[in-house]
Amino acid sequence: MAASKPGASASNGVIGWVPVAIAASLFAYFLQFLGPVSQGEVIRLVWNWVPSLDIALSFTVDGLSLTFALLISGIGTAVMLYSNSYLAGHPQYDRFALYLTSFMLAMLGLVLADNLIALFVFWELTTITSYLLIGFNNEEAKSRRSALQALLLTGAGALVLLAGIILLGVAAGTFEISEILAQGDAIREHPWYVGIVILILVGAFTKSAQVPFHFWLPNAMAAPTPVSAFLHSATMVKGGVYLMARLHPGLSGTELWLWTLTVFGAVTAVFASILAFRQTDLKQALAYTTLMALGTLTMLLGSAEGYAITAFVTFLVVHSLYKAALFLVVGCIDHGTGTRDANVLGGLGKAMPVTAFAAALAALSMAGIPPFMGFIAKELAYKGAEETLTNVTFVAGMSLAANALMVAVAGIVALRPFWSKAEGEMPHTPHEAPWPMLAGPVVLAVLGLLFGLMPGYAQTYLVNPTVQGFLGSMEAAKELKLWAGVNLALYLSIATFVIGGLLYAFHRTLRPALIRVNMASPKFDKGWDNILDGLKAVAAWQTRLLQSGVLRQYMFVIFATLLVGVGGTLWAKGAFHWPLVFEGELAPKHWTVIGLLMVGTLVTVTTRSRILAIAALGVVGIAVAIIFIIYGAPDVAITQLLVETLVVVLVAVAMLRLPLLDQKGKSDHRPLDAVLAVGVGGVVTMTILLMLEQPIDLRLSAYFNETAWPDAFGRNIVNVILVDFRALDTFGEIAVVLIAGLSAYALLRTTQPVRHRRGMRNKDTNVQEDTP
Amino acid sequence: MNSLILQVATRYLSSLLLVFSIYMLLRGHNEPGGGFIGGLVGATGFILYAVACGTSGARQALRVSPQNIAAIGLGISLLSGLFSMFFADAPFTGQWLFIGAEGDDKGLPISTILFFDIGVYLVVLGAILTLVFAMEEEI
Repeated sequence: MAASKPGASASNGVIGWVPVAIAASLFAYFLQFLGPVSQGEVIRLVWNWVPSLDIALSFTVDGLSLTFALLISGIGTAVMLYSNSYLAGHPQYDRFALYLTSFMLAMLGLVLADNLIALFVFWELTTITSYLLIGFNNEEAKSRRSALQALLLTGAGALVLLAGIILLGVAAGTFEISEILAQGDAIREHPWYVGIVILILVGAFTKSAQVPFHFWLPNAMAAPTPVSAFLHSATMVKGGVYLMARLHPGLSGTELWLWTLTVFGAVTAVFASILAFRQTDLKQALAYTTLMALGTLTMLLGSAEGYAITAFVTFLVVHSLYKAALFLVVGCIDHGTGTRDANVLGGLGKAMPVTAFAAALAALSMAGIPPFMGFIAKELAYKGAEETLTNVTFVAGMSLAANALMVAVAGIVALRPFWSKAEGEMPHTPHEAPWPMLAGPVVLAVLGLLFGLMPGYAQTYLVNPTVQGFLGSMEAAKELKLWAGVNLALYLSIATFVIGGLLYAFHRTLRPALIRVNMASPKFDKGWDNILDGLKAVAAWQTRLLQSGVLRQYMFVIFATLLVGVGGTLWAKGAFHWPLVFEGELAPKHWTVIGLLMVGTLVTVTTRSRILAIAALGVVGIAVAIIFIIYGAPDVAITQLLVETLVVVLVAVAMLRLPLLDQKGKSDHRPLDAVLAVGVGGVVTMTILLMLEQPIDLRLSAYFNETAWPDAFGRNIVNVILVDFRALDTFGEIAVVLIAGLSAYALLRTTQPVRHRRGMRNKDTNVQEDTP
Repeated sequence: MNSLILQVATRYLSSLLLVFSIYMLLRGHNEPGGGFIGGLVGATGFILYAVACGTSGARQALRVSPQNIAAIGLGISLLSGLFSMFFADAPFTGQWLFIGAEGDDKGLPISTILFFDIGVYLVVLGAILTLVFAMEEEI
């Protein structure tokens, strides 16, 4: 991070402002949809993309996608502005800006796409841009490892998701999401339903870092802080949540959906809160609170009741606002003091008043204190827990535990560094960040307060239209209000504050115990390393096993495969029968050729002299050429003769430098080779005889015979086919010939040991170094 | 290989093989032959020369490096295949020009097919010589 500290005079010039302008104009563009969408309108845009596969590039703007689009472009604007100062003068800022802008566009595509395939493509684009951004500090091994881990894990999840998407599309008969969701009942009764849900949820859980796939997210904090704020908190990791929300009307409502989401979400939320509580690195602590939020959102999506869904939308918005603000604040602290260690930081309130203000507002929203929007979201979530169809005690208890821990973490992360006494030496004297780094956090944090004070706006423009997408009507949305009377939710809120306050007060004492427990429990990260190491070991093992580097063994494998493949097929299809009869007539010339073949083969396999073996093999080849001549294929015969000649030359050049054939002692493979050779020969002969029993379809030959002269002005059908009828094939073949020649040339030129090559050159002074 | 008889004979033999290879190339459309076979015959001519007079001598006689010959051949084939685009035909559709054609006599036919086959000839010649020269030099 040293290189990314903003210098006093450094700036990124115009490049730095381009992403800000793009994000801001997109935000403004999406704002205009607020009016129509709040009236219940759904706007669709469709382009044909791959019509043959029924894949369209279609986009839809409804409550859910608009909410996401506004969060992405709005927070995007703040983050772009922030990055321009945070990474001011960074030598690779243009690259960073490109990655971040690409990510934003991909994310917008993801939430707006109305086609499963298009959605998947955007999904993968966010994965790739995320990889590039996590690994932005590519000189650090830790960044590279974290980036690769995120890529592999979310990439593997995406493959599972792709399988689920295809099943869903095939089951529904369309890939258009809006059409799929319209037939939810049919899908829920489809025999593939269980498979579809599991596959899609694995994809969503890896993306949104649910336990047990959660460990990549805290590691992803190796990215520069604005990236963490944008991707790994406010937007990308919510991609999985978005997918579950998008498909909610089509897939939810079954026991499977309900229990899976509720249990995984609840466990993730509580587990992550405990880990967050134990952290002393502010950014890591925030990363774990993000996990908690993702778990809570997943848990809420399990339900299909009014309170839970309303709570989902509200919490989604409020979390994005306060969490992006807090991440940006931590970036300001890091920038102002040079450290993020909660044990060292303190007393920043005076030196960094604006940051402290934004942090306080965001933290209060996170802790769910009235009158912030976070309080409303928490109340709604508790009400959702009351009406859950699973187990009220379980859901309410888990929510209470997670929320209480959040109150404590909010205090640790955002209040303590500013308002308690400093306890250690900070690397720099604290100073306030420049305005572009403050604008984002302040605006986001203030929005959290305004939405809390005036919940009507959020209700009308964001919550109602989104809930309509889930439950079919705006009336299903519950009212967002600060005071809902004295009820169970209020008691739970009060309990949350009390427990949270106690946890905050004693967190110094509790932390060592937690760390001890954590040391004793199994590490997911370690397990991941073990999996990767195991994968590499398997790859190395099978390479050693299969790639022996001995030509004999490769040939053996190839022919054994041929034997098993062809013979096995004959056997499995029951094509074989006995006796097989050859019905052709054999004249003396045929017997002569057969004799040549036999003698050539016998000499080849029995001789101990290489030159004799090569010559005898040539005899076999020439006998084959004679067969072609007898049966009227002169072109093939000429080619065969020439190739045979060339092969003899090549093999002679190569082999004459090898030692004599060693066919004695332990390394005598010939008995086994003989068995294989007889087997392959027998199977091929059988296949040919079986094929000869079938009538030959001569239509193609007749066609070429008739058209070669009138259409292509040639009498040699073989050549006319090669250069005219099938010229494209021939072109492909000569391209292969060229590539093969060049590859062999490259291999021969590069794999020779240098010493040996030099020796050769000294002997033969005529050899010139004319490598082009 | 240091054999005076072979060296002297090779001068005539390889020249003959080269002429023969072009003959095979040109007659290919109506009689057995064509670019593939012609290329193989041409390659044998140069390989014979290399065996008798050394690879460096063969390289000098060839003047252009065999890799380049093969690449140029591929280019010629591709261009002659794409030529049909000017006549709004599918790629690799043959285009013919009959010089001095009268009635049943087709005159001297010139076609993109011929150039395609010349490309094949050059690729085969070049690729095989690339391989053989490299082997003879390195092993």
